[in-house]
Amino acid sequence: MFLLLPFDSLIVNLLGISLTVLFTLLLVFIIVPAIFGVSFGIRKLYMKTLLKIFAWATLRMERGAKEKNHQLYKPYTNGIIAKDPTSLEEEIKEIRRSGSSKALDNTPEFELSDIFYFCRKGMETIMDDEVTKRFSAEELESWNLLSRTNYNFQYISLRLTVLWGLGVLIRYCFLLPLRIALAFTGISLLVVGTTVVGYLPNGRFKEFLSKHVHLMCYRICVRALTAIITYHDRENRPRNGGICVANHTSPIDVIILASDGYYAMVGQVHGGLMGVIQRAMVKACPHVWFERSEVKDRHLVFLLLISEVKDQKKSHFTLFCVLGTCINNTSVMMFKKGSFEIGATVYPVAIKYDPQFGDAFWNSSKYGMVTYLLRMMTSWAIVCSVWYLPPMTRETDEDAVQFANRVKSAIARQGGLVDLLWDGGLKREKVKDTFKEEQQKLYSKMIVGNHEDRSRS
Amino acid sequence: DPKRCSCVYFEVDLNPTCRLLGGSASLLRLYHRFRALDRNKKGYLSRVDLQQIGALAVNPLGERIIDSFFPDGNLRVDFPGFVRVLAHFRPVDDDDSGMRDPKQPEPLNSRMNKLRFVFQLYDLDRDGKISRHEMLQVLRLMVGVQVTEEQLESITDRTVQEADEDGDGAVSFLEFTKSLEKMDIEQKMSIRILK
Repeated sequence: MFLLLPFDSLIVNLLGISLTVLFTLLLVFIIVPAIFGVSFGIRKLYMKTLLKIFAWATLRMERGAKEKNHQLYKPYTNGIIAKDPTSLEEEIKEIRRSGSSKALDNTPEFELSDIFYFCRKGMETIMDDEVTKRFSAEELESWNLLSRTNYNFQYISLRLTVLWGLGVLIRYCFLLPLRIALAFTGISLLVVGTTVVGYLPNGRFKEFLSKHVHLMCYRICVRALTAIITYHDRENRPRNGGICVANHTSPIDVIILASDGYYAMVGQVHGGLMGVIQRAMVKACPHVWFERSEVKDRHLVFLLLISEVKDQKKSHFTLFCVLGTCINNTSVMMFKKGSFEIGATVYPVAIKYDPQFGDAFWNSSKYGMVTYLLRMMTSWAIVCSVWYLPPMTRETDEDAVQFANRVKSAIARQGGLVDLLWDGGLKREKVKDTFKEEQQKLYSKMIVGNHEDRSRS
Repeated sequence: DPKRCSCVYFEVDLNPTCRLLGGSASLLRLYHRFRALDRNKKGYLSRVDLQQIGALAVNPLGERIIDSFFPDGNLRVDFPGFVRVLAHFRPVDDDDSGMRDPKQPEPLNSRMNKLRFVFQLYDLDRDGKISRHEMLQVLRLMVGVQVTEEQLESITDRTVQEADEDGDGAVSFLEFTKSLEKMDIEQKMSIRILK
């Protein structure tokens, strides 16, 4: 027993020393640069190394599949089925033409074969539709050593399994604690900092401090996620007195944008830890949090925004509207109309995540916030690109919806994202009947003609 | 050799289903599609899962199409059942028809079976005939409120008259196939799965 004691203390000493070293490293390489907004470039190096390893891993898998003479599942991003982009009218005319021998005049009438069009279109959507595809996580062409993104796990050789195991070890035992420590630091600094700043009297000094506290903490959080962000066109960065509008993929968007600019945010009220953070933040900076279901509340919010934002002299921040709804990375859903009615300058921002290092998509019906964040922190990294687009204002002859669409397509075009027709609310509510009516209208024209040329009964 | 597709929640012997679709690559695609639609990972699809598809919900015949997956009052459809319905839409390849063993049951994507599938979209009560009332119902689905009742009735009367040969006021399956005998059903009712 006496012999063990010095051994014990040796271990304790070693542990103590390694922890100190770890924390010093943490401080020097991560937190201090975060405070001052500098970067050592460690993350970029990390990214390059990972890419090389991924390429190797995919090659091994392909080789393994070939040896067994099996089919490797290659996700097809362009869709499962061959589709013809013809309109309802053209297709039904085609069907009728192929079925009848008599010459096809344009008299509106009904044929038994018309049903084929709707039947086939329906089956096509069951096999492959735009929205469901967007909502299931994007599929990668090369494996990134995360078992959650692999469909071909039967083809893994021993070497690959070892590598994967090593990856798991690194991610869970080294990166995860590091990230959690950083996140903890960042969040507590944010809560404490903003509360302290909140006690100061309103004025320029308070705003200055608030800005720097926010920026510093967001930068620490960015490092907590190992987010490697590339900013494009920084000269278009949102300026005071405007509204920043971005496509919203995940709660991480907020962290990414807010680490590069001082924003007052508009968003949904959350409970739990998020709620605590929200309440603290609002003490230092006039963020606006509202309940999703309270429509009246939302209207009030926007009235508030109008007054805040348009008053150029008063506002030293840009309003950040988190629009759209959580959706898979490759598309931009229709933005909610309200934010565009205000009439201030809109600064569109496009954010696009590279799914290769970690899938930032949040399937809110499947994972809660904490699970989601843990998944983020156990991925390799979050790599994304941010494009600052030139500011837009609403033209005099445009209404809010048209303006919103214009902004939306600008963002979609920049990010290479696909413009989708459906409102993001599709996930939670039933689709509006107006879309069905459109199809019915088109079809009725074919069988009874317009109201004007109803000559025969 | 039976291709087994093992996955997290169920093992399915896919060999017979493979033949329905003509190849394991297509099957694999549909399998992943099935899993994407099965949001709660139940292992089967219910009506709600299919109703969530936005593009299907705006199809005027959406509900009828969903019904075809749940025959005989079933509330669930498993993967083989899913494939069996979709197999009706497999394109007819030339080399298929030549080599077919006449003793084997007709493949699901034959002309007859495709027609039968569509016939059942009309014939709700499964009595083998499309009555005037059933025709009216389908038409009403396809036009919504855009057409008046009288117009719809006159269209229905005309259509039933044209197709009805034995004068019973309804369109039987044979009369249905006869009125569509010139149509290239194989092409119009086929969906090609990309390789």
